[in-house]
Amino acid sequence: MNTVADTVVATLHGRKVVGGVAEGEALVTEAHISGWGGIDSRTGTIVEMRHPLRGQSFAAKVLVFPGAKGSSGWSNAFHLTRSMGVAPAAMLFTEMTTKIALGAVVTRAPALTDFDQDPVALIRTGDWVRVDADAGTVQVIRRAVRTPTGP
Amino acid sequence: MQLNDDEKAMADGRDGPAVQRAMDLLLRYGEALGAERLVNTNNVCGTVSATTPFMRDFALSKGGMDAVFSEFNLDSDDVVEIPPVKTFTSHLQLGFDPAHAEMMGVSEDVVKFYRKGEGYIAGHGIQLMNTCTPYQVGNIPTRGEHCAWMESSAVVYCNSVLGARTNTEGRESTGAASLTGKIPYWGYHLPENRLGTHLIELDVEVTSTSDWGLLGYFIGEQVQDKVPVVNGLTDVPNLARLKHFGAAAASSGGVEMYHLVGTTPEAITREQAFGRNRVIETLRYGEAERRRAYEQLNHTADDHDVDYVMLGCPHYTIEQIWEAARLIQGRKVHVNSALWIFTPRAIKALADQNGYTKIIEDAGGVILSDSCSAMSRAAPKGTKVVALDSAKQAHYLPAILGVQAWYGSTAECIDAACTGRWAGRYA
Repeated sequence: MNTVADTVVATLHGRKVVGGVAEGEALVTEAHISGWGGIDSRTGTIVEMRHPLRGQSFAAKVLVFPGAKGSSGWSNAFHLTRSMGVAPAAMLFTEMTTKIALGAVVTRAPALTDFDQDPVALIRTGDWVRVDADAGTVQVIRRAVRTPTGP
Repeated sequence: MQLNDDEKAMADGRDGPAVQRAMDLLLRYGEALGAERLVNTNNVCGTVSATTPFMRDFALSKGGMDAVFSEFNLDSDDVVEIPPVKTFTSHLQLGFDPAHAEMMGVSEDVVKFYRKGEGYIAGHGIQLMNTCTPYQVGNIPTRGEHCAWMESSAVVYCNSVLGARTNTEGRESTGAASLTGKIPYWGYHLPENRLGTHLIELDVEVTSTSDWGLLGYFIGEQVQDKVPVVNGLTDVPNLARLKHFGAAAASSGGVEMYHLVGTTPEAITREQAFGRNRVIETLRYGEAERRRAYEQLNHTADDHDVDYVMLGCPHYTIEQIWEAARLIQGRKVHVNSALWIFTPRAIKALADQNGYTKIIEDAGGVILSDSCSAMSRAAPKGTKVVALDSAKQAHYLPAILGVQAWYGSTAECIDAACTGRWAGRYA
């Protein structure tokens, strides 16, 4: 019988931007994300030309990225993802701007920044991530499925 | 965050539930930023309108425009009655031009709902400027004035050219600011954050509007959201050139503040522009950089048959409309092409009065207001290839409409409209 072993491979500490607790699969990008014109708010999909995540949806995922860029419609585009039920489960980012601060607040997903380690470098797409924004912690969990080899 | 007595009273509900919700949002937003306090503002530019079927349906099912404002301008959990705004508030561009809705493919019921919303907006004391360039039509903040503006091309103009102070705000924060006269004291409201970080030395002359678009596109890509200082200008740029320059730099990067040594108000000298900052990096802008910006802006295009020419991003000045009218007078827009020019309503009225609208319409072009093709996602039916004199629009439109875009001078764009062919070249 296979066993599933969860290993906490890293714990990051950051500053709360929006409180709350959430967990989910990580979606990680080194590229900044555009709101208006960069995502489809109906599906939570990145649509920006040449974006490394183009075509992927962040709905119910822990979105790990450097920060926001582009139009001042950023907050509204992410606000609409909440209205449509396709908002990210949590947001972890490294560069503070008014776009990302307001966007995170109105998306109402737990959010953190100002980390002791770089989440973009440390977390991989597909990792399971537990975010406790009130406590300021992020646990990165790698799930290994082990098939016993012995008799 | 530290609140003064007046702010505490607003947060406690003294001025009613809508103001209370607005203060609640400003507190959450200010704390997210790490701001220590709020600052007074009496100059807000935002958007309230409902111009999409989603917004119309939201309003109809949840309680009208008060529901739209409560949710999308205050991030409130419940629908509250919205009082008239407390601060001078200007409305930015919209999702379509109600005077040309059919041409833009907008259904009549969406227009009807928008018209009702327009009454609501005016009734709440919000100025219906309906433009991305409020500084063209009566909202010109004073140097040092604290503002709360949306619209990246307007924000960069406000900070850099006018010397007023704003961050790039959003729909919700401008809604809250309009009811309270408050915005977080953070970022470009603080003098030390307005100082230059990168030096750009010009090795080529920058004179025409399309030159300024190329320079802005180069700088934005290089410095992202930092504060560039441009040195070595030979000509003083006019409003249209700086409008195109800032819009380009805010599109390829996220520039919200720049300095032009000897021209913009916080950069009388290079020393003033940088203040106590050290220069992080010096970049040179020469022939190679200029050519690369041109090629990047034209990288989506290879088909020379032009279906559509769009001018007016950001919204055209009266000087630009005059230029377009002179270029097209006595000519005709080609049967396979179309020409749409976007400008604020007030400038459209001036263009009507001066006869430019007639000249452009006689040639087969149209002057529209309130919107643009990127905002409305509207273009003449079947458009596959567009020609633009705006680096910002050339940056966004291929992604938004799935079209090819040519970038060039206004004259090259008018030629394309009249011949149906792109003959622009790097010059």
